[in-house]
Amino acid sequence: MNKLSSLIKGIILLLAYLVVQLLERQGVLLPYHVQILSLCCINVILVVSLNLINGFTGQFSIGHAGFLAIGAYASAYLTVVWQAPFLFAIICGGVLAGIAGLAVGLPALRLRGDYLAIATLGFGEIIRVIILNTDAVGGARGFSGIPKYTTFGLAYLMAILTVVVIRNFVTSDYGRACLAVREDEIAAESLGVNSTYFKVLAFTIGAFFAGTAGALFSHYLQYMAPTPNQIGFVKSIDILIMLVLGGLGSITGSIVAAITLTIIPELLRGFAEYRMIIYPILLIIVMIYRPAGLLAGNELSLSGITQFVKGARAHGNHT
Amino acid sequence: MATTPELMVNNLCVQFGGLKAVDQVCFSLKPQTLAGLIGPNGAGKTTVFNALTGLCPVTSGQISFNEKQLTNEAPHNIARYGIARTFQNIRLFRNLTVLDNLRIAYHQNRQYSLLCSVFRSARFKREEAQITAKAKEALALVDLADKADHIAGSLPYGEQRRVEIARALMLNPKLLLLDEPAAGMNPHETQCLLELIRKLRDDLQITVLLIEHDMKLVMNLCEELFVLDYGHLIATGDPKSIQNNERVVEAYLGGCMA
Amino acid sequence: MAWHIMALQQLINGLALGSVYALIALGYTMVYGIIKLINFAHGDIYMLGAYFGFYAITVLKLSLVPAVLTSMAGAALVGVLLERIAYRPLRNSPRIAVLITAIGASLLLQSTAQLVFGASFKPFPQAIPFRRIQLGPVFITNRQLLIFGVAVLLMVILHIIVHYTKLGKAMRAVSMDKEAALLMGINVDRIISATFAMGSALAAAAGILVGMYYNRIDPYMGMMPGLKAFVAAVLGGIGIVPGAVVGGLLMGVAENVVVTIGSSTLRDAVAFAILIVVLLFRPNGLLGKKGIEKV
Repeated sequence: MNKLSSLIKGIILLLAYLVVQLLERQGVLLPYHVQILSLCCINVILVVSLNLINGFTGQFSIGHAGFLAIGAYASAYLTVVWQAPFLFAIICGGVLAGIAGLAVGLPALRLRGDYLAIATLGFGEIIRVIILNTDAVGGARGFSGIPKYTTFGLAYLMAILTVVVIRNFVTSDYGRACLAVREDEIAAESLGVNSTYFKVLAFTIGAFFAGTAGALFSHYLQYMAPTPNQIGFVKSIDILIMLVLGGLGSITGSIVAAITLTIIPELLRGFAEYRMIIYPILLIIVMIYRPAGLLAGNELSLSGITQFVKGARAHGNHT
Repeated sequence: MATTPELMVNNLCVQFGGLKAVDQVCFSLKPQTLAGLIGPNGAGKTTVFNALTGLCPVTSGQISFNEKQLTNEAPHNIARYGIARTFQNIRLFRNLTVLDNLRIAYHQNRQYSLLCSVFRSARFKREEAQITAKAKEALALVDLADKADHIAGSLPYGEQRRVEIARALMLNPKLLLLDEPAAGMNPHETQCLLELIRKLRDDLQITVLLIEHDMKLVMNLCEELFVLDYGHLIATGDPKSIQNNERVVEAYLGGCMA
Repeated sequence: MAWHIMALQQLINGLALGSVYALIALGYTMVYGIIKLINFAHGDIYMLGAYFGFYAITVLKLSLVPAVLTSMAGAALVGVLLERIAYRPLRNSPRIAVLITAIGASLLLQSTAQLVFGASFKPFPQAIPFRRIQLGPVFITNRQLLIFGVAVLLMVILHIIVHYTKLGKAMRAVSMDKEAALLMGINVDRIISATFAMGSALAAAAGILVGMYYNRIDPYMGMMPGLKAFVAAVLGGIGIVPGAVVGGLLMGVAENVVVTIGSSTLRDAVAFAILIVVLLFRPNGLLGKKGIEKV
């Protein structure tokens, strides 16, 4: 059954890609639309990677944009200054971000809850300020002239890769250990789970993927400015909002939220100034009435859907 | 010849600021004993458990298990050495399924690597099947095989306690520490628990040390008792001699001992 | 100019800045002490205070003191409403939910302010003419004197309330043990509202002082000072009232030192660097005590 459902999922994903290509070829989808789809994929990577840290391991990281920044700037430097191939630059961006995740995680993850949140926010800002003061990557003027290497196909592929890797991680013993740390750290420790190790591991992996997303991001925008909006706490909070609305601990929720919250602002360009009023209100309402987010920590799966359709059982809702 | 487990606690002192929660406590456990740690509330019993499992810092004294020094070791390492525990307030992973609760306990024995998980190798699939099988076995031991896919937090209290015991068993422990396992149970459930613990000791050859206030359970189950009062060990011995021990009776303020 | 004279001058400037941080930090620390919440929206209440003062002076044509009082009252109201609407329903929710709500509240206040007041800077009316006073080799402006004066006055009033009134006693009781306070007949909800009101009022005063000092206000002026004041509260020991004052003053001086001897782009990084150092080496702050978690 597993092999079959994997095959079906693979085919659906491939079809989706082909449909997009077809619509673009026919002119139904403008290049602008395809770019938005690329941005959707980048955001999917960002949100799913943050979900690993905040949702599955229960840590509170709100400096995720810092890892995005490292990946974005490092990869841009490699492609622009060293003429490196894009794939290499992406991997390097990810690895460097992962190392930063390790460096930040090791000391910070000794802290709990609110303190950890503030510490990660602080680290994110420090990274931004360091970039702001580094002339080699443009300093305050920003880094311009980045080649447009990010295609929809590449972004799509990387999003799929990220989701598969993280999903496989989460449904293995490694993932269970992270969940245990989230649910009850003391009980987890008494069962032999080294909670610090797994917190740092989740942090590092999440940072790595955020770095790869950053590489895609800088080669999509072609210009990076070290502002809070792009790589600072405003961006971190944007990602956090998507994560929370989609549901902590639900990968499907993250994907849906990332795509929806990327497309909607584009559709509502005219209402841009109301966006930052509606979002926070939405956030507060969700937190009060359905804090687990839209999908409440559940996943949409093929077997789940078929069983729901059969009416056998409702896909468990436990808020 | 397998080395026999023996727990030795020497002059254990746990001090929080000015408060001596545990003061010069010495005792030892022979393998496969059913022992009880009793005493009035606040006597320091859970603190002793916490010291044994690395959850609170030991101010002075030594703890050794199987001739291995465990004093102030990290909790996840102590689990490795064969000591498992349950908690006074049931610390199950409430939002996870019962099966997942047990599967997590297999963690330290897991062989496959991160890459195996990501690429779903054959080794991964094999071992996952093994883990699930073992978890179901442990559940069967406590008579909860049919609740495997239930969310742990949704089970009735008594069943949650049994799940916690089953989870502790997944560690293949040589010493099982149970913190008030009968709390909130009716007499029938308590009797079932007594028989379960005895069965576990007989079938799995483990040593059991439990903290309990239910004197009926303690007197009927335990072969050896350690009595704590205000952090001091005031008496040790078999149930009969403890029942007649003046100091113990005094400590409980003449409370029911039979 | 001899370096020790410059140092003294910078000390004065730093203390002025620090007094502002202290006033804001007091709000953070009081709220955290009583319900263990980091009120991310607090910096935006400081911003609203500045705007309330602005409209009180320009539209209501009030003089300085009534304007400040009006603004403090307005901010207190906003603080109480915020607690009522956004935080109270989440009293028993997981911490992450409350933190996210606080972030949402902050964003909401900023965006609403931008919509209502306009995004551009507004020049703050000069309620008192600028004057520089010479104190030996250094200068102090009357604005700085005003900041010191108002800050000290408000802190003294706060101290009196917290330590010599029934309200203050109730506040201390609730922050020590909410359930016990409830059992003693204390109306915990009202005490919490009062705490928010007081903290917000202090922040509003700080907002007006800063508006006058820098001559301008904008909807986003609360973000950085808010964050820095929070760091100041953590530095002094979050939840500890004197800690907020100590932390605020230290923060102001440190920031001034860095800007003088370093570059001004690093000014914002000072706060975060201090934050990281404190969290790593002394998370309970300078005046805080070490706590142990009971299993």
